[in-house]
Parts: sequence; C-alpha cells; structure tokens
Amino acid sequence: MQRSPAVRGRGIRKTFGDVVALDGVDLEVPEGEVHGLVGPNGAGKTTLLGLLLGLAVADGGRLEILGTPVGRTLAVPGGVAGFVDGPGLYPSLTARQNLAALEALRGHDADGAGGSTDGVGDALEQVGLTDVADDRVRGFSLGMRQRLGLAAALLTAPRLLVLDEPANGLDPAGKRHVHRVITRLAAEGTAVVLSSHRMDDLAALCSEVTVLATGRVVFSGTVGKLAAESGELDYRLLTSDAAAARKVALDTPGLHVPLDRGGDERPDPGVLVVRGPVPVIEDLVVRLVQAGVAMRELAPVVAPLEAAFLALTENGRTP
Amino acid sequence: MTATGTPPRTEARPAPVLRGYRFELVKLLSQWRIRLLLLVCWLAPAAYVGVVSMQSMLPTDTVFGRWMHATGWAGSLVVLDFSCTWALPLLTALVAGDVFAAEDRLGTWRHLLMAVRSPRRIFVAKGLASLTVLLLLVAGLAGSGIAGGLAAVGHHQLAGLDGHLLTPGDAAGTVLLAWACVLAPTLAFAAVGLLGSVALGRSPMGLLTPALLAFALQLAQLLPLPVAVRLALPSHGFLAWRGLFTSPVQDGPIVIGLAVSLAWAVAATALAYRLFLRRDFTDLAYDGSGRRVLVAGALPLAGLTVLTFAVVTGTTSAEGSGIERPKVQDSLATAFAHLYRLQTRQLHRPDVTEAQLRATASCDKGGSRVADEGPGNDWRCVVSWHLPGATAAGSAVYQLDVTANGRFVADGDGPKEVNGYFQIRTPTGDAPNPLWQFDGHVDLLASAPEE
Repeated sequence: MQRSPAVRGRGIRKTFGDVVALDGVDLEVPEGEVHGLVGPNGAGKTTLLGLLLGLAVADGGRLEILGTPVGRTLAVPGGVAGFVDGPGLYPSLTARQNLAALEALRGHDADGAGGSTDGVGDALEQVGLTDVADDRVRGFSLGMRQRLGLAAALLTAPRLLVLDEPANGLDPAGKRHVHRVITRLAAEGTAVVLSSHRMDDLAALCSEVTVLATGRVVFSGTVGKLAAESGELDYRLLTSDAAAARKVALDTPGLHVPLDRGGDERPDPGVLVVRGPVPVIEDLVVRLVQAGVAMRELAPVVAPLEAAFLALTENGRTP
Repeated sequence: MTATGTPPRTEARPAPVLRGYRFELVKLLSQWRIRLLLLVCWLAPAAYVGVVSMQSMLPTDTVFGRWMHATGWAGSLVVLDFSCTWALPLLTALVAGDVFAAEDRLGTWRHLLMAVRSPRRIFVAKGLASLTVLLLLVAGLAGSGIAGGLAAVGHHQLAGLDGHLLTPGDAAGTVLLAWACVLAPTLAFAAVGLLGSVALGRSPMGLLTPALLAFALQLAQLLPLPVAVRLALPSHGFLAWRGLFTSPVQDGPIVIGLAVSLAWAVAATALAYRLFLRRDFTDLAYDGSGRRVLVAGALPLAGLTVLTFAVVTGTTSAEGSGIERPKVQDSLATAFAHLYRLQTRQLHRPDVTEAQLRATASCDKGGSRVADEGPGNDWRCVVSWHLPGATAAGSAVYQLDVTANGRFVADGDGPKEVNGYFQIRTPTGDAPNPLWQFDGHVDLLASAPEE
C-alpha cells in the first residue's frame, strides 16, 4: 500500500539576494516516514526546513504540505510542528510554563484540540524531562533544551514534524528519549523530516535520506542505498603480527595499502590501513587466517554513510 | 492500491490576539527585571513619601515638595514630578524598549511566528502587553505615593501653584487627573521604545532609545527655546500637568501636551508596525541598521515635530519664551494674595479676601540693561497689597528664579514679619511661613495682561 505524501516538493527554488539557497529541489516524504536531510554547512538544509515550517516561501517550484499547496509565508496547514536553528524557549519560564504558555496560545487548554487532558505533562514525560519540569529553562543544558523543543512540538499532535539537528547536545539517555519519540510518532503515521550531521542518528532513525550540496539534491534514497554510494572504504586492521599482515595485504589482488609509505603517517605501527571493495577485504581475511595471523580488529576508518556523504558532497562542490 | 490518505488540511489559523496578549504578558511578568520594577514602583514611593514627610528637610527643589508636611497629596505630586523627569522614560525603555529585542536576543522569533502565525497579531499583542505592564507600573507609582502621603501626613488641603487652596476632595481629584495626564507622554515614549526595539533588533541601543530621547529633550528643555518649539516636543506633556494646579486651569499647554504626545504615540507605533511587518525573520543576526533607524524612524518623527511646531505657531498666540513681565507679575501677585490669606488664617488674624488685598507686583529682570522677559534667576519683584481699613499699602520683596518651562520659585526678601523668615509665630507655636518661599507657574500660552 502506498502512503500519501506529507511533503511533496518539486523544483523548489529559493534565493536570498544573489545567493541561491535551493536550486530545483525535489522532496517527497510519505506519512509515517522518518526522512533525513543532510549536507554540508550552507547546503540549504535550514532553508528547506524553514519552507516546510512556513517560515519562508519558495521563489519557484511547487510545495505541498499535508496535501495543501503552500504559497505564502506562515500558510502551512495545521499539524505541522518543529523547529529550526534551535528550539525557541523562554529562559525565565520553567519547562512546564514554557509548554503551558504555548498550549494556551494555541488554545489547546480551551478546546482540547491536539492532545490529552494533560498534554504538557505527557509531552514532558515523553522526552524525559518530568523531573525538571518546574526548573527554569535558564539552567538547562543544550540537550535539555532540544528535548524541551521536541516536547513543545509534540503538544500539537503533529502530522509533520520538522526538526533541525535534534540530537545536538544530547547525552545517551536524552538521545534514547528523542529516538524513541521519533520512532513512535513515525509508527503512528507522522512524517518526520530531520536534519543532522550525525550519520549514526540518520542510520538509526531514517528510512530515506536526501543529501543536499550547494542547494541541490545530490542523493535521495534509502539509507542502505546511500551506504552503497560510499565506494571503496579504508579499513583499520589490527592483527597479532603487523609486519606479516602487511605482507599478506600487499599480496592480495585488488587491495590497496594507502598508508604503507614507510613514513610517519601511521599513528600506530601495529595498525594497518587497507582499502578495497568488500569482496577483496573478505579475501584478505581468508589470507590472513591461512597465514596464521590473528585478527583483533577490522573496521572501516570512516563509517560507510559518512564516507558516502563526503563522496557525494565533495562531488557536489565540484561540478 | 493507493491509500486515499488524510484529506487536505486547511491552513492553520492565526492565534487570537487575546491569547497572544496573555502569552506576552506571561513572558514579561516572568522576567525578574519586570518583577523588580513592579515591586519598586509599588513600594518605593510610599516609603519615600512616608520617610521624607517625617523629616524637617523637604525636597523644595521639586514642585509641591515644600508642602509635604502640610498634606499627604503633596507627596504623590513630588513622586509624579520625579517620575516625569527620570522614572517614566526609564520604565518605558525597560519595558517597551525591550519587548521586541528580547525575542532577537533569545532567538525565538521563528518559534513565535509559528505559534502565532501572524506578525500583525504578534505586534498588537506585544504592544498591548507592554502597555499593560507600563500601566501597572504607573499605577504603582501613583497609588503608592498617595498611600504613603495619606498615611504619613493625612488628607488635608493642598496649596496649588498659584497659592489657592484645594479642598482635600479637589486635591484628590486633581492629583489623579495629573497622573492621568502623564499617561499620554508615557505612551509616546513607549511607542518610541517599540520603534527602537523593532528597528534595532538585538542592539542595546533599541532599549536605550526612550531614555536617550528623554535625556536629549530634557537638555533641550533647559535651553531658552521659543515656547512654540517647547510645546511641540513630546516631553512637554510631562510638565503640562502642573497647569492643573492653578485657577483657572492652564488648559492650553495641557491640551497641546496631550495632543502632541498622542500624535507621537500614534506615529511612532505606526512606524514600528510598518518596520516590523517588513522585517525578514529568517535573519537570526538581525541588529537593525543605522540607515533604517534614520530613514524609517528619526526622520519621520523629526518631521512630526516640525509639523506640530507649525500647528502650535499657527493656532496659538505663542511667541518668544512665553515668559513676559506682565505674566510674571500677575502670577506672583495672584499666588501672594492666596498665600497671604493662608498666613492670615495661621496667625488667627481677621480674614481678608484676595479682592480686598488688591495685590500687585512690579518686577524687573536683571536691571535696566536686560529685557524683562525670559527665564532666569535674576527677576526681582516688589509685591504691594492693601489691607481693609489701612491707608498705607504693604510691600514685600521677592527674588524669582523663573525656569524656561514656566515654573518659578519666589524667595522672600522681607520684611521679616511678612516673607523674610521661614517661620511665623502663631498662637499655637511656630509654623512654616507660606510667604517665605513658594512655587508658582506662568502660563506660557496666556496673553500678557495689560500693565
């Protein structure tokens, strides 16, 4: 069954003076999907997120949000929530007061729309801030503010949640709370669009990823497909006998040993860095075992997603 | 199969202004700075008036300060005079001057826009919320000063700026009216605060705008400006209330003060509104620009000043400094006659009326080489009066310090039994001599009486 799109953008273009922030961007996010948006600084991520939140309007192209065409600023339909450039919070208010004031502003206290009878308490509980609900936000860490910003978005029972770097400053416990909330929302049918520089977050949360570079889409697809874009990776190999391992590696067809230059570039003389496609790496492993060299560690130097990101965005920068 | 999905949603409606207003009020009242201001405004005037009223030294450099021993209503007027000079411009700076800039500092504009979905409503809500807080602060200053004065001294007659006595009831009404009059210039400065806050973003200059304007205008008020220019400035409204305490009321300057202040309030608010709606909220580092402030703020307000000057000049007989010898003489003689009656009652002498006294004054400024007009502390006057049944006229000498805004302080130079000593010996003991030193007020707009 095909899900209806929460976001459908075609040829979105946005400029600021002479600067082209978005140049013909296509984006489609079905309901119930967590969609990652990545790209180097200045790629246009925040601009695109701002368009989804209705904070700005595209100069060209077509953007539909929750089935409604968006043609002017602040004209997105109800059910869209989130934040860009950090959550907007008032430090002189407590966490609970921040959310209660927002809920009162939206009228949820009066008409009950958008949530349970204790929407504020529920939202705080979901992001793990119940214990500090009555503390002033002034004393909150960055991670706590991020979680409170997510709680503020939850108050509206969003159908489209837009989050800009939601994992910034989060400790492992906070990250678990945020991931749990996002995963649950997606399971309930909410579309989530989030930007992040952390590939592990994208891998853990997103089913689809769009990579932007200089305002253009350089990749769009599943996380698995993105990983495949990484090409040949460097692997860090730690063995019982580094010299023997190097000899085996040099004898392995199709395998490169990029740091084996006899110089000082290797930080650890016991570590060997090799490069090659996965089948060649597997062949190396077999050869090492046959040579009686014990392997203690074999891992990519750069994670596949990160390598793919670097490969794509470096290409995007060089037309 | 393709799911039909949810039907298209309607565009989210902006939050009602009332909810936005409540939201802004909650934010303002949660700031420690605002809470501290409220506390100070509601407690400090009462404490000040209470303490000063108990002391022998009174703030005689402030109008009504010398009457703080006599009636509780004088204390509130001392607070009012001080507030008009310093407190109200500062309060407008701290409240209205920061209400928009705070969102820039906190980086919360996007969040607020998404929640309210209407820059217009945000502007209205912020304007109303800051106005509410300002009104609370002014109410505190007024109420606290009145309460402190009444508690410490009591509900007695108040001598006006022409010496006539207001009954306690009239004093109460006039004091409240005076406080109401200064709401108009307070609004004008608050609107300038909004304009500075909108135009200058995170820059602290936005917050300082009303205070700087007040400081500049106070300096201007010290200069011997033509009365038409003086009345065309928004700060005049902070002085015009003094005209309520003469009989008849000096209504010309009061009406002009109110009209100019309200014109400034409307113009500055409209300019702020226009700037706000044109603002690019996607720029998080917005600090305004000097050019924008000049073109969209300072120049239109300077134009308004020129316009009000032209209107005042065209519709009134205002010319020169407004301080001329016949008007000074008339004001001094009127005040002397009223206060002479007060002294007579204190001394338990037979009552006389102002008409019977036929008090006149003859004044000279700075000798024969100086024109007898304009402000200065070199006015010297001789007051003459007649007592029923007495053939000779009494006379008393006064040194006058006349300020450019029309206020004067008359300092008695004798004879000692009339105005030369700070106390008089009454049958019940020594009492302050009302004729020794007193305040008066020249109507800057009145036509000079014939000499």
